[in-house]
Amino acid sequence: MAKGVWIIAEQRDGALRKISFELASTARKLADQMGAEVSAVLLGSGIEGLAAQLGKYGVDKVYVGDSPALEPYITEAHAVAAAKIIKENDPAIVLLGASVQGKDLSARLAGKLATGLATDCIDVKIADGKLLAIRPMYAGKCFGEVITSATPQMASLRPNVFAMTENAKAAAVTKFDPAIDAAQIKSKILEVQKDTSGKVDLTEANVIVTGGRGMKGPEGFQILEELAEVLKGCVGASRAAVDAGWRLQKDQVGQTGKVVSPNLYIACGVSGAIQHLAGMSSSKYIVAINKDAEAPIFAKADYGVVDDLFKVVPELTGACKKLVG
Amino acid sequence: MNIIACVKQVPDTEAQIKVKADGSGIEDGQIKWVMNPYDEYGVEEALRLKEKNGGEVTIVSVGPARAMETVRTALAMGADKGVHVSDPALDNADAFVTASALAAVIKGIPYDIIFCGQRAIDDDSGQVGPMLAELLGIPQLTLVTKLEYAGTSVKVIRPIEGAQLSIETSLPCVVTAQKGLNEPRYASLPGIMKAKKKPVDVKNAAALGIATESKTKVAKTIPPPARPPGKIICGDDPAQKAAEVARLLREEAKVI
Repeated sequence: MAKGVWIIAEQRDGALRKISFELASTARKLADQMGAEVSAVLLGSGIEGLAAQLGKYGVDKVYVGDSPALEPYITEAHAVAAAKIIKENDPAIVLLGASVQGKDLSARLAGKLATGLATDCIDVKIADGKLLAIRPMYAGKCFGEVITSATPQMASLRPNVFAMTENAKAAAVTKFDPAIDAAQIKSKILEVQKDTSGKVDLTEANVIVTGGRGMKGPEGFQILEELAEVLKGCVGASRAAVDAGWRLQKDQVGQTGKVVSPNLYIACGVSGAIQHLAGMSSSKYIVAINKDAEAPIFAKADYGVVDDLFKVVPELTGACKKLVG
Repeated sequence: MNIIACVKQVPDTEAQIKVKADGSGIEDGQIKWVMNPYDEYGVEEALRLKEKNGGEVTIVSVGPARAMETVRTALAMGADKGVHVSDPALDNADAFVTASALAAVIKGIPYDIIFCGQRAIDDDSGQVGPMLAELLGIPQLTLVTKLEYAGTSVKVIRPIEGAQLSIETSLPCVVTAQKGLNEPRYASLPGIMKAKKKPVDVKNAAALGIATESKTKVAKTIPPPARPPGKIICGDDPAQKAAEVARLLREEAKVI
C-alpha cells in the first residue's frame, strides 16, 4: 500500500531554493499526522551535499538522482527520473513547489504517473487519511477543496505561503540511477539570461509596491522603486499599467499576470479591478493609496490613504526609511 | 505545417464569481463566457506560423455545447477547422481527463506543433499542456513568451524566477503560451462570416474511447476568506498620513 510523504526538492545552480524547505516542513507535518516518513527526491549533478540541509527541515530520507543530464533542469529528464523513483517506492503523497519549474514538472509527472494533481495550493491537510488540498481558483475569487482518488496524491504548494519549521532528521541518502536515455531528451537549454537587478521574483517577494493607472506614466514608477528599495521589496504593476507599456509583463499582478501573496502589498494608484484584486487578495497586509475614496481597492485594504499618491508615497518612503534604518 | 491550438471557454476576467450555497460549484447563470486569454495567444501564434510557413490550423476544444462559440471565435480569427469534444460525462473533467480527450483527438490527425494556454483562468491548474505532451510522448515548452520556428525545431524564450531561458526543442512539441508572446488579433466581420462555414467535427467521449473518470475532484467550493475591515487613515497632511501608515506597519502589522 502506498506509504509516506514525498517531496521533489528544487535546486538551482547547486543551491536549494526556499520552496524546498517549505515543502519539507509541510511534508513533515502531514507525515507526523499519518505516522509516516518524509522522503525527498533531489535531482541534479553534484548535488548530494545538499541532502543534509533537507534533513534540518524534517526529511528522513533523500533519494539522490545524480547525472549530468539532470543539470540544468530539463522537463523530460527530471520527469523520467522522478517517475522512476516514485514508481519504485509507491508513496501516498507527493508534494512539489508551484514555482515555474515545479509547475512544469508536476503536471508532466502527474501525467506519467496517471494520477491527480492539485496545483498552487495554499493549504494541505489530512482528512480521513487522505490528502485534502485547498487551492485558489479563478485567481482567488473562490477556493476549492481537492481530493485525489488515484495514487500518489499530488499537490504543488504556492511559494511563500507555507512556514519553514526546523525539525532535524537523519536525511539518510540513497543514490539511485535516474536511467535517462539521452536520446529521449529532445530539449536543450541554449542560454540562461540572468536578471542582474538582484530583485527576487514577484511571486517570492515579501514586500510588493504596485502601481496602476494612477501612476500616469512610466516615469511615475520611480517613486515606487524608491519605496520598494527601502522596504527591500519589488515593484509590481496592474494590467492597465502593463498594457499601456509602462512596465514589463513580468511585473503584472492579477488574473492574467502573477498571483502573489507577500507579507505587505502596497497598491498605489490602483483602482482595484476584480481581476487585479483576485491576484493579490491573499497578501497578509494590504495598503492602498488612491485619490478616489470610492476605489474598490479600499475594500481589501488593511490601511487606506485617500490622497494624491505623488505626495504620499515619497513621504511614506521617508517615514519607512527612518523606521527601518 | 500542421498546427493545432487547444482552446477553452472560461468566464471573463471581469466576472464576479459566486459560490453556490451548497459548495458544489459556482453560479454560472450570469457569466459572460470568453476564450481563455492565454489560449488566444496560442491561437494567434498558430495563425502567424501558418501565415509565414503555410499549412493548416486546427482548433481543438473540450467543453459543453456553449464552448462551440469559442471554437467559432478561433475560426473567425483565421483557423481552418475545429474539433469540439462535447459530452455531459466530461462536465467535471479534471486536467487528466481533459488532456486524455485532447490527446485522443490529436493522435488521429497530423501535427507539428500544438499550442495551449499556459493555464486556464477558471480552474488555474496549468496542467493540461504538460499532460497532453506526456500523453503524446513529445516535449513541452511551458510559459513561452517568444517563439522562432526553424523547420524541424523551435527555439523559445521562457521566463523563470529571476532569469530567462532560451530553449530549443525538436518538433513535434507542445508550447504553452504566456502573455507577451504576441498581440492576438480580433476576428474581422468577413472572418466571422467565413467561420460559420468552416468544418467543426463534434465528438463525444465514446467516439474517442477515453475513460471519463477524473483523478481529482473539487469536493467543495468555498468563497475566499473575508478580510477584516481596514482603517482609513484620516487627516489633511500627506506627510502625517504617511507617517501613520509607516507606524502601523511597524507596530501593529509588524511587517516592516
